[in-house]
Amino acid sequence: MIRGLLLLLVLLAGAAAAAQERLAITGGRLVTNAGPVQSGATLLVAGGRVERVLPAGAAVPAGYRVIDAAGKWVTPGLVAGLAQLGLSEVTGGADANDTRAPASPASASLVAASAWNPAETSIPITRRAGVTAAAVTPFPGDAIFAGQGLLVSLAEGARAPISERAFQYVALGTPGGRIAGGSRSAAWAELVNGLEEARRLRTGIAMPFRDQHKDLRITRDDAEALGLVLSGAQPLLVRVDRASDIRQVLRLPALYPGLRLVLVSAHEGWMVADEIARARVPVITLGMDNLPASFDQLAATMNNVGRLVAAGVTVALGTPDLDASFQPRLLAQYAGNMVAQARIPGGVGLSWGEAFAAISRAPADIFGMADRGRLEPGAAADIVLWSGDPLELSGFPERVWIGGVEQSLETRQSRLARRYAPGQERGGLPEGYRR
Amino acid sequence: MRRILIGAAALALAACAAPGTPGGTSARPGTVPAAPAGPATPAGPGESAYVSTYRPIPGEPTVIRNVTIYDGRGGRIDSGAIRFENGKVTALGARVDERGARVIDGAGQWVTAGIIDIHSHLGNYPSPQVPAHQDGNEITGPVRPEVWAIHGIWPQDPGFSRALAGGVTVLHVLPGSANLFGGRGATLKNVWGRTAQEMLMPGAPWTLKMACGENPKRVYGSRNQMPGSRMGNLALARQTWANAQHYRATGGRVGTGPPRRDVAMETLVGVLEGRILIQNHCYRADEMMHMIQMGREFGYRIAAFHHAVEAYKIADILAKEEICGALWADWWGFKMESYDTIQENLPFLHAAGGCAITHSDDAHGIQRLNQETAKALANGRRMGLAIRDEEAWAWISYNPARALGIADRTGSLEPGKEADLVLWNGDPLSVYSRPLKVWIDGGLAYDAADPALRPVSDFEIGQPGEGDVK
Repeated sequence: MIRGLLLLLVLLAGAAAAAQERLAITGGRLVTNAGPVQSGATLLVAGGRVERVLPAGAAVPAGYRVIDAAGKWVTPGLVAGLAQLGLSEVTGGADANDTRAPASPASASLVAASAWNPAETSIPITRRAGVTAAAVTPFPGDAIFAGQGLLVSLAEGARAPISERAFQYVALGTPGGRIAGGSRSAAWAELVNGLEEARRLRTGIAMPFRDQHKDLRITRDDAEALGLVLSGAQPLLVRVDRASDIRQVLRLPALYPGLRLVLVSAHEGWMVADEIARARVPVITLGMDNLPASFDQLAATMNNVGRLVAAGVTVALGTPDLDASFQPRLLAQYAGNMVAQARIPGGVGLSWGEAFAAISRAPADIFGMADRGRLEPGAAADIVLWSGDPLELSGFPERVWIGGVEQSLETRQSRLARRYAPGQERGGLPEGYRR
Repeated sequence: MRRILIGAAALALAACAAPGTPGGTSARPGTVPAAPAGPATPAGPGESAYVSTYRPIPGEPTVIRNVTIYDGRGGRIDSGAIRFENGKVTALGARVDERGARVIDGAGQWVTAGIIDIHSHLGNYPSPQVPAHQDGNEITGPVRPEVWAIHGIWPQDPGFSRALAGGVTVLHVLPGSANLFGGRGATLKNVWGRTAQEMLMPGAPWTLKMACGENPKRVYGSRNQMPGSRMGNLALARQTWANAQHYRATGGRVGTGPPRRDVAMETLVGVLEGRILIQNHCYRADEMMHMIQMGREFGYRIAAFHHAVEAYKIADILAKEEICGALWADWWGFKMESYDTIQENLPFLHAAGGCAITHSDDAHGIQRLNQETAKALANGRRMGLAIRDEEAWAWISYNPARALGIADRTGSLEPGKEADLVLWNGDPLSVYSRPLKVWIDGGLAYDAADPALRPVSDFEIGQPGEGDVK
């Protein structure tokens, strides 16, 4: 029994070593996010990490398996700035959604990682689009604090997140006000109350004597969780759109030194871009919203990201909502639209390099994944080989490696497509026998 | 309709689907059959009071030359030219008569037939999406053929102008899908209007929205009303059609008194008489089959299934029945009936000889129907299907025009047809391209280079971001 187990472990280790073989990906258009785009260079990979980049024409050292990328693009894996991957198999009507807990007394202390399902079908579906890592967030239920989000790898067979308690998520603006009791001021009070309770806990001052049931809604566990925000151990992601709300949120770092703020959504961010830049606060946003969908975002425009970046703000694209119309697997399309925006009269968008960074290096940096989102020596070998321009609608990942291990690009959807692909005669066994 | 997709309680209520148009033989890939000759559509009871007051934006004789043209029906002209005047396309080819026309050199640019979105809720689920604006579902009963989308459209929805900047010249606004019978849809020209009637496309057939599946049974089942199951959906819909047959036979007469009008029944009779086109929200393959059989029982045809996430499973049946599929490129997972999405739904339906339509159902998606088409096309090619770019353009022009019964007038660039067209700053199936100019009935409705030719809704006047490049 024990021998069998040992044998199994040895076999598994062998398999991992084989999968993490030395690779030389040569001849492609190489995007490293750590220097200019190079044509024909060679990317060397060993031990699941990027070893180095050889210039075009350099001989490949012995002992590397050569992957010919001529005519293709080679990039770091995409990083979804914000997503819900692994928390919801089906959004509604299926009892398969762990994104929010409106009936729970817990809020900030909720740990989304405890619900994370690496076997969710959205993970290979998103990996097939070249996304190799993501920040995964819960949504607020009956309190403005949604709880703690996680960082995940989209690798096959991943069993645990990269980071289980990576950030805290809170909603302000109209949605936060509605949750908190009806107004923005109620949401602000709930936010400050949470942070104050956390501060009292951290400084050893006993909770004030009062009836918690009639007072602001924060449990001791929640207050402890918010201590991680106060100490700066976790960034605080604040969902907010209206310019005046953003200004209000930007007061937090002064009130709570050490607090690391990240703005989410920020549709009117461009109106206060200089202030966001001065505060060195990064933004995670979809980038595609250009409608006054609510009174929180009357000035929404697809120029938002371009204007923020021009002001010096670090911007990552993400999908803050669980939403069929905006999916993390489409992030490359959204980045492409940022480039398109720069090409219309009066449009402010991004260069290709800036746009690609917004779906790779920028989110990795915001979440402290310094070895992801770039292909430089020592970085994780999360690599995508694309058929063409990654931001173009016709370009798609042909091969994906995560940690130097080649990944399956098969999904439930690609299997269904094969089952019903045109050109197969009906008349014999029905489709249910095709696998 | 993000709001609708997010809220579990209101999952995709807005989603509905469309009806097929008549006529046409099954298309072979690459060829789109001719539209049926436009049947005169005599007005049904009451319809003559609710007419369009649309007036085209004034235009001038215009020629675009040295440009790549996708005619919207599968045709392509490289280094071609097109001329339009008095609201109509008058010539296109390698070169056209330029005399008396404003001439635009289109080097490096593309001209396409204007985009038609067969499934929109602009105006009846407008921005801002506040409670006061929720006018897309008459959610007080599962059978509401008496309501008309035109009566719930707010013409000041800023979404119309965003869709215009995305090249949308015609859109079909539908009631939502809470009800088995959601009410009449309205086909609009995408021009700024003070009233919805100023946008209503004159002479376009009325349509009727129907829905099957999860939404009606959830909405009413949760109230302990019928329908509470898919069985109930069919049973109640069948009884409603049976009532309509009776009304048609009796003309509303009961006993010896004068006929008593029933405006719900008038819409249903319009369907039975072939004047009103069924646009049928339906996701699953098995349920589409039930809807087809119900149509046979009562003698009506379905113009299009909308959403039809599982169209690919029965592409042969849809092609044979000549029912279009109005589809997303890749929406999925927001409820069980959207679980089996594949990214090849559009190209698979097309490859089977079916009528594939890219639709939006969304105030953002409508701005990028070219991109949605391009994604689906790329996924089809990845599966080995040879479909040309200009062929796929029919998914957002000629095919939706067929399903709306307006293909004799718009949906393709042919002499004599309405001059609804878009000039693009590059390959229109590239993510990097955007419309430069949009003409509707020959009038220049949008010019990216001229802020004065960018309509701004009353709602946005005096607000932050007014008139910004969006």
